[in-house]
Amino acid sequence: MKEKIVFPKPKVLADSPMHYCPGCQHGTAHKLVAQTLEELNLVEKSICIGSIGCSVFIYNYLLVDTVEAPHGRAPAVATGVKRAKPDKIVFTYQGDGDLASIGLAEIVHCANRGELVTVIFVNNTVYGMTGGQMAPTTMVGQKTTTCPGGRCREREGEPLKMAEMIASLGGTAYAARVAVNNIKNLKKAQKAIANAFKVQVDKLGFGFVEILATCPTNWKMTPLQANKRIEQEMIPYFPLGEFKNCLGENQ
Amino acid sequence: MSKYVDVIIAGFGGQGVMLIGNLLAYAAMEQGLNVTYIPVYGPEMRGGTANCTVVIGEEEIGSPIIFNPLSLIAMNRPSLDKFQPRVQDNGVLILNSSLVEPSLAEKNRLKAYAIPVNELADKLGNLRLANMVALGAYVQATGIVPLQAVKNALPNVISSHYAHLIPDNAKALQTGYDYAQNQGTV
Amino acid sequence: MTKRMFVKGNEAVCWGALAAQCKCYFGYPITPQNDIPEFMSKELPKRGGVFVQAESEIAAANMLLGAVASGVRAMTSSSSPGISLKQEAISYMAGSELPGVIVNMNRGGPGLGDIGPSQGDYFQATKGGGHGDYRLLVLAPGTVQEAYDLTIEAFNLAFKYRNPVMILGDAILGQMKEPITPKDPVIDDSEVHNWCLDGAQNRPSRIIKSLYLEDGALAAHNLKLAKKYEQMAQEEVRFEEFLTNDAELIVVAYGSIGRIVKTTIRKLRQAGHKVGLLRPISLFPFPKEILLSLAKAGKKFLTIEHNLGQMVEDVQLAICKFATTDFYGHLPGNLPTPNDFEQPILNSLEK
Repeated sequence: MKEKIVFPKPKVLADSPMHYCPGCQHGTAHKLVAQTLEELNLVEKSICIGSIGCSVFIYNYLLVDTVEAPHGRAPAVATGVKRAKPDKIVFTYQGDGDLASIGLAEIVHCANRGELVTVIFVNNTVYGMTGGQMAPTTMVGQKTTTCPGGRCREREGEPLKMAEMIASLGGTAYAARVAVNNIKNLKKAQKAIANAFKVQVDKLGFGFVEILATCPTNWKMTPLQANKRIEQEMIPYFPLGEFKNCLGENQ
Repeated sequence: MSKYVDVIIAGFGGQGVMLIGNLLAYAAMEQGLNVTYIPVYGPEMRGGTANCTVVIGEEEIGSPIIFNPLSLIAMNRPSLDKFQPRVQDNGVLILNSSLVEPSLAEKNRLKAYAIPVNELADKLGNLRLANMVALGAYVQATGIVPLQAVKNALPNVISSHYAHLIPDNAKALQTGYDYAQNQGTV
Repeated sequence: MTKRMFVKGNEAVCWGALAAQCKCYFGYPITPQNDIPEFMSKELPKRGGVFVQAESEIAAANMLLGAVASGVRAMTSSSSPGISLKQEAISYMAGSELPGVIVNMNRGGPGLGDIGPSQGDYFQATKGGGHGDYRLLVLAPGTVQEAYDLTIEAFNLAFKYRNPVMILGDAILGQMKEPITPKDPVIDDSEVHNWCLDGAQNRPSRIIKSLYLEDGALAAHNLKLAKKYEQMAQEEVRFEEFLTNDAELIVVAYGSIGRIVKTTIRKLRQAGHKVGLLRPISLFPFPKEILLSLAKAGKKFLTIEHNLGQMVEDVQLAICKFATTDFYGHLPGNLPTPNDFEQPILNSLEK
């Protein structure tokens, strides 16, 4: 029987195994970004701003020029790169601790200035790399190593809804929340990521995609259970969809 | 002995002491001299006390801040009280006699000029020219730079918004210069 | 002769940056350096450059990191409390070998301190104010012309070594005016394309990072950085000697204090006292050799600073086998004048 490749790997993804845990959806998110860069023909003009967290090694997998930013500062670093090199395509890839906690000022102001950059925000409701501590997006009741009794609304507040927050800012041209837990959502995610880059290409403003993602290791679940949690617990609180899309206005 | 002078110019905020400090320094620079200017503001944005120090010399200048200056322009009483005791013997004092009693000048120790700068400015039609009258008198008293050099520097320190007042400022400089020349020290 | 300009120290830094072809400035307001962002917001865009008022000093320093990673000459400035906030990015720039230029117009501290001049940030500037095993090149201008010249140098050195460089001034230097003679420096950035991020076109992708987890990788990286610091010590030491030859006592003072002490020394010389001045201009690398040779020649030493004793430790370390240095610290709050240093110098002379 003849083999036929029906699902090619994007060339901009390195041909090496990833360090991510089984069932982690960082790999999926990486691939969606890689596909987008290739489809929009942006690979050779892209500069990625890496961040701190599990995705710190993104430069080992996504073969575009990359600079590492301190924890939470990727949107500021992206601002510096884009302002210095306005003809390049600049994007950050950040987790929830990085973006929504320590880097909240940077992400809000970057979006509000309408920087022509794209932010890929992976929300898995937990600090992954440091071992499963509470994140600003940890669900109420969710147990982590620093809220062992579960996140308490009265004590720790409610999880931040970043996509909605970013959509409310004047400089934002595109903001969406997506999931990659099934094929239907995956396709929408692919489209959202493309849109978040398109608003940069068309110089419409700041582009933002929040990706709901699994962390089976720190959730202490199997990959399948983790995927189910996305559907059953996360999506009801973090609704999917586009919260702002200026592409529509122009089309 | 190479040419050297330093001066503290002090007054209320709004009397324009920073402007004449800048003007003197700029004129000295255009004469090819070395010069430093440093402002000292009170904590208030408006209406407080203000002073600046200008150092002018042929040699390279060390300190831009001087405790015992060779000269003083005192535009009000607090400035005289604070800085007169620090002026070196035989130094030059320009005292605003419109606001300060001339007998307060230490005339045995200093070359003191009592200049009624407010009245003289008022006669020119603009009380705000008082600072220029004082600087004119100072230039006459010290001879550190030619008066014309100071007049020439006016466009460089007066903002373009007030450019139309440059002739009046030049006149005020001349008025102070002439007054000091005619009246001499007290 | 080029026409001289009469400018504040803060403005001289800006003119120097423009002459050095600085294209991006990122800042945040703090006294006493606000002339710098104000000037840059007006002048940089006219020249095709970029000014961004950042949301914080943290963000400003990280914008700088991003801009220089793309190979563009860029700068940030602040004063002491703001410089503390920039230390994270400075450490990352040192680790990632990025040529950022940082200006600190030192004010009083610790904490909010005051807005007057101080040299309280010497340790922070020279000993690595951020985390990790790194050094900044630190240049301390004493005059407004030097503020201009050393800012140009700062950009050139940052790119020569791919290392952050700090200009360490103070509220005196920032606010005082002096004539400067502008220059038209030669800028050689021919190496930049070998490392900068500008999109992986017809070449493998590049990574600019400070993370080294593999066995021995960080050690190798730190050794590589150490070699640069050694080269700086060989090639970049800068200082001014003033009347040291026949001096019995050498006063060591930098920046504004250095120039103020110069007036004191002139006066004491007129009274027949044999005093000289050694003014370090590069604080890292520190002018150890010249201090050592002066110590070997049997001089006495007095270190004068606008703090309670920081650089004095480096002076003592440099001369330790042959001499000890006295110390006089001027306190914050009052502007130092030449008179303040007369008696301390006479006291040290008489010892």
